Amino acid sequence: MSGFHWDWGFAWSIVPELLEGVVVTVIATVLGSLLAFALGLVWTFVRIAQLRVITPAVWFLVQFIRGTPLLIQLYFLFYVLPTWGITVSGLATGIIALGLFFSAYTAEIYRAGIEDLPAGQWEAALTLGLPVHRVWLGIILPQAIRAVLPVLGNVVISMFKQTALLSTITVLELLAHGMSIGQMTYRFVEPLTLVGAIYFAVSYLSARAIRSLETKDEIRA
Amino acid sequence: MQPPKTLLDFIPFFLGGIPVTLEITFVAMAVAIPVAVVLALGRMSRHAVLRWPAGFVIEFFRGSSALVQLFWAFYVLPLFGITLPPLLCGVLVLGLNEGSYMSEVVRAGLEAVPKGQREAGVALGLPARYRLFRIILPQALPLMVPPFGNELITMLKFTALVSLVTIQDLSFRASLIGSTLGESGPIFGLTIVVYFVLALILGGGMRLLERWVARRAGRQLAQAAGAGPLARAPSSIPAWAVGAGG
Amino acid sequence: MKSAPEPPLSEALLSMRGISKSYGERKILDRIDLDVAPREKVAVIGPSGSGKTTILRAAIGLVKPDEGTIRIDGAYLWHEQTPHGLRPAGERHARKVRRAVGIVFQQFNLFPHMTALENVREPLVHALGLPRRESDARARDLLGQVGLKDHLGKHPAQLSGGQQQRVAIARSLALQPKIMLFDEVTSALDPELVGEVLRVVRDLAHASDMSMLIVTHEISFAADIADRVLMFDAGKIVEAGPPSQVLKNPVNPRTRQFLRAVLER
Repeated sequence: MSGFHWDWGFAWSIVPELLEGVVVTVIATVLGSLLAFALGLVWTFVRIAQLRVITPAVWFLVQFIRGTPLLIQLYFLFYVLPTWGITVSGLATGIIALGLFFSAYTAEIYRAGIEDLPAGQWEAALTLGLPVHRVWLGIILPQAIRAVLPVLGNVVISMFKQTALLSTITVLELLAHGMSIGQMTYRFVEPLTLVGAIYFAVSYLSARAIRSLETKDEIRA
Repeated sequence: MQPPKTLLDFIPFFLGGIPVTLEITFVAMAVAIPVAVVLALGRMSRHAVLRWPAGFVIEFFRGSSALVQLFWAFYVLPLFGITLPPLLCGVLVLGLNEGSYMSEVVRAGLEAVPKGQREAGVALGLPARYRLFRIILPQALPLMVPPFGNELITMLKFTALVSLVTIQDLSFRASLIGSTLGESGPIFGLTIVVYFVLALILGGGMRLLERWVARRAGRQLAQAAGAGPLARAPSSIPAWAVGAGG
Repeated sequence: MKSAPEPPLSEALLSMRGISKSYGERKILDRIDLDVAPREKVAVIGPSGSGKTTILRAAIGLVKPDEGTIRIDGAYLWHEQTPHGLRPAGERHARKVRRAVGIVFQQFNLFPHMTALENVREPLVHALGLPRRESDARARDLLGQVGLKDHLGKHPAQLSGGQQQRVAIARSLALQPKIMLFDEVTSALDPELVGEVLRVVRDLAHASDMSMLIVTHEISFAADIADRVLMFDAGKIVEAGPPSQVLKNPVNPRTRQFLRAVLER
């Protein structure tokens, strides 16, 4: 009793349902990425400001997020948020979890981008008498973020792949649809293979696109 | 009638997941390292017949979702007649996946060895395999240890996924306890802390390994910016730009 | 930092006394005394590692000396004057004193994500707080002065090295400093672009009342515009005087040795 025979008819028939899942996946990816980019900036500002209590606390939180599995963070938020009075959908919880998890990475990415700037930029800003907030907002951050855009792009791609974990907290994204089809029809080959193929196609092509943009930038510079 | 069970009653069962998680971490790492080396060598090979498959494997495992790969191995392979026990499933998928990412680390390490080393070997008439194992790799390995340390912790986090294919690791047991108690928040909170502590321990262990390897290779470590979640590095941001009110 | 005897206030615009600076074991500056009078153009020559760049950077406060005092237009850079005497001061105080000094860097240090106009406008808008229209007009004017009125909208990547350096000069002029520092401003340029930058600096020297402290390898240029030349070697000033002496008939053997090596190139 093997599923050796790939049923093309079946495969085509489930594509629409899988695409429904893709929509949810994309929404989770986009919103999660925006949250990760924004939160990463917040962590960076807190770090720069060197506040007495908040900065070490935030730094510790970020290390915590980076050092523990996304799956468990996801579960934790899913079960704990309602007890804190925050009742949101599984998708929203997933977006928050993804945003938090990847914000630990974007914060590090921003930091690296800032550190990589030549010392001369700081010196010019200082000797021109520019106020500190202007130096950060007008000189340093615009250059740093521009420089790390490809890396941020890779963060989006990673997040896209990790949205599969949301299927464990009742979110009907791509993998969840694939698994439910499999469980209902007992045919896992076509759905899971198609799901895998879609993830691969999107990630691989996006990664290639980012790499080609990177080299174009390098050639220009 | 027995009193209802509390979280504390389940702690022994919960902690029993730690050795399982660690075992999977290290076994998967033991798979990932040779995979990384083979893929890196294949990728750097002059023969396209080695380069393309290596490149494809790397792109495939890096470019798709690890969870999907796991589920595919667990649910689909049996339908092709290949039924792997869950543990083997998990370790293989994690090993291949992580190994593909680590092949970059290996490649970078190999390329960091000065070209002159290989040329000297060729000039001395040493065969390729000897050159690789006795000249190049010993110099490349100390460079690879710090990034490998980070990958080890990544692997630790990765293992949580195998709980979804019935392996009774820390995460699996936490889920079970949560649903048994009807209250999952506290147990998952505890789980996060345990993973973090494990990551700290592994990170500390890797830093010791770094130093030992560096000493054996006769090299001084420039900075203690190695593996582990609490590692720090010096900053190039000038002092006047930081401080209250950023 | 210990104090040292100083000239009367009315004389020096920039007054550095007893400046010492070490990096680890290496002593880069050894109790340097250096004055620049109003309207005076001082050239500084010497081999690399002699401390000439460090003293320049100390003059604008990019480097904080281990010992010594620096006064700019009467005010101490790293000290505050209180009723009880001098007290060491920090960055915020230095900022205010620093206003009177401008610097042009060897590596230009233009802001790459801004156009030439925006680069020059930046200090006008954000350091001086001038309204947009006035900053715009002044920036255009300054870029016109350095011969770049047709390149306002270009980004640094679209400009040659010589053009970039001229933008940098215009940008530093925006704050109308009383003394301008030039840190080997042509050393990073291709030879054929050196001339256009030197021309701008020469015009500035002749046309403005600004003091200048110029670190350079261009000996004939120094001879042309400097009122005084200082020769640095191993953290000390080994010779000082008018160009006719230091550059044409040096007294110190090290000066002679250095000039022979440089001019033989």
